[in-house]
Amino acid sequence: MAPTDNQNWLALFFDKVGRYFVAGIEEIGNGGVLVVESFFWLIVGPRRKQPVRLGSIFAQMMEIGIQAIPIVALLASAIGVMLAIQGIHTLRIFGAESRVTIGIAFSVVREFSPLITGILVAGRSGSGLAARIGTMKINQEIDALKVMGINPTRFLVVPALLAMLVMVPMLTILSDLMGLLAAGLYVGIDLGISMAAYFDEVRDILTVDDVWHGIGKSVIFAILIAVIGVVNGASVTGGAEGVGKATTRSVVQAISAIIVTDMIFAFVATR
Amino acid sequence: MAEDKNTEQPAQGPDKAQDKAPGKVIEVDNLVTHYGEREILKGVTLDVRENEIMVIMGGSGSGKSTLLRHLMALEMHTSGTMKILGQDIEKLTAMEMFHLRKKLGVAFQSGALFSSMTVGENIMLPLYEHTDLDPTTREIMARMKLEVVSLAGFENLMPAELSGGMVKRAAFARAIIMDPKILFCDEPSAGLDPVVASALDDLILDMRAAMGMTIVVVTHELESAFKIADRLTILDKGHILMIGTVDEVRKSKNERVQNLLNRMPEDDTIDPDEYLGRLTGEEIGGDATL
Repeated sequence: MAPTDNQNWLALFFDKVGRYFVAGIEEIGNGGVLVVESFFWLIVGPRRKQPVRLGSIFAQMMEIGIQAIPIVALLASAIGVMLAIQGIHTLRIFGAESRVTIGIAFSVVREFSPLITGILVAGRSGSGLAARIGTMKINQEIDALKVMGINPTRFLVVPALLAMLVMVPMLTILSDLMGLLAAGLYVGIDLGISMAAYFDEVRDILTVDDVWHGIGKSVIFAILIAVIGVVNGASVTGGAEGVGKATTRSVVQAISAIIVTDMIFAFVATR
Repeated sequence: MAEDKNTEQPAQGPDKAQDKAPGKVIEVDNLVTHYGEREILKGVTLDVRENEIMVIMGGSGSGKSTLLRHLMALEMHTSGTMKILGQDIEKLTAMEMFHLRKKLGVAFQSGALFSSMTVGENIMLPLYEHTDLDPTTREIMARMKLEVVSLAGFENLMPAELSGGMVKRAAFARAIIMDPKILFCDEPSAGLDPVVASALDDLILDMRAAMGMTIVVVTHELESAFKIADRLTILDKGHILMIGTVDEVRKSKNERVQNLLNRMPEDDTIDPDEYLGRLTGEEIGGDATL
């Protein structure tokens, strides 16, 4: 008996869902292998006379971290001021605007700093990594590395991953400071609280665990951004259009992964 | 051996006794490879001798670039065996492969220079990665190789600042920086004007003479192939049509070889039902998938 249109539609639907599912699992697997391979080269590379070059790591750190300082500082300040405005506005309903510091301190350090830094680095450097590796792939530069006996993971991925692991937490700390500072300035102007009093209160409210909560998340975000960027870059096919698609996909996937991981992390860490 | 029945083997004259023949640096036996379901190389058997220039020729889609990727050990085959410098590629450990790769040089069709590095840095990269030479010695060696390819003084330029011919020359310089035993060249004269292409052919001949390396060139440029080749391998749809010297290829009576030499398109007979089926996406008397 020939299948009906409905049966065909259903079969096509499940076929498509199945393919996406398998492709997703494959990408996650590739990402996992990449992380393991990166640490393998980091540890075993020097013994095999194929070390990860410090110069490449510093170059990546400059690109991912140092060059991102102005935009991270600007956005973190804007987020701090925004939180102060919203906090004061909301708490004023209850006549408790002087308690705004609690909300600002927790929100900035535990949530907004790592999140905004992660999203920014994903958009700025994760996409750059995907585009760079994708372009190298279509220009046969990855093949050239392999034929020269240079492992592409060691040469391209490890420096980027290490730079992310160092610089994303650093940028998060910077973001913490800038967010708290900008919020303090606004609170000082709006509520007349001095900066010294504001920072005393922040210091009383925050514990070391709160700071580590944000930094811990930023380390996970760093791995996610690097791995997603590399996996998408390495999967490029079809020339310049393929590079564009992989770059876009890398940004969307990284930001989605960051937000979902953030939610899971917040849930687990507050149990 | 699943070789095309039209395959012609090279003439073995009395002066080419087996015991006097130079050693084989590449031995490929019955190589079969697939991309997904599609069979690309269908039982390729060939060998490349020490210090010779072997040109692999064929039309578009004949499998010559795929064969080159296998010879460079960039892809693994489905079946058959392949030995490079006496080592079976399939049986090599990662470390053995790493050491083997240091004896190979490749000049890619696009040059594949790293766009974020200067020409000099590109050429020095293999030295930087594989040797303990000090920076000054590396620079001197890079300048020497640039001299060989007539690009002296260009080491501080970025690849984007070079012309097409210069990029290919720089790629040659990088490929020979480690003094490889085998040099692979993918379409060296593609996209270049005849004068520059001819100069590159001369460069290949000069490099062989000066450095005594074995060179494998993939090209579809007849003039260039006839100028540089000691022997030619003619590929067609994943099969080897023939292997022979320039004279043997010129005199071949194989129709497909002659079509290739005379730039005659293949005479494909079209099944009208199949053609109609392909256009409409419907089955007409058999399988028709779009």
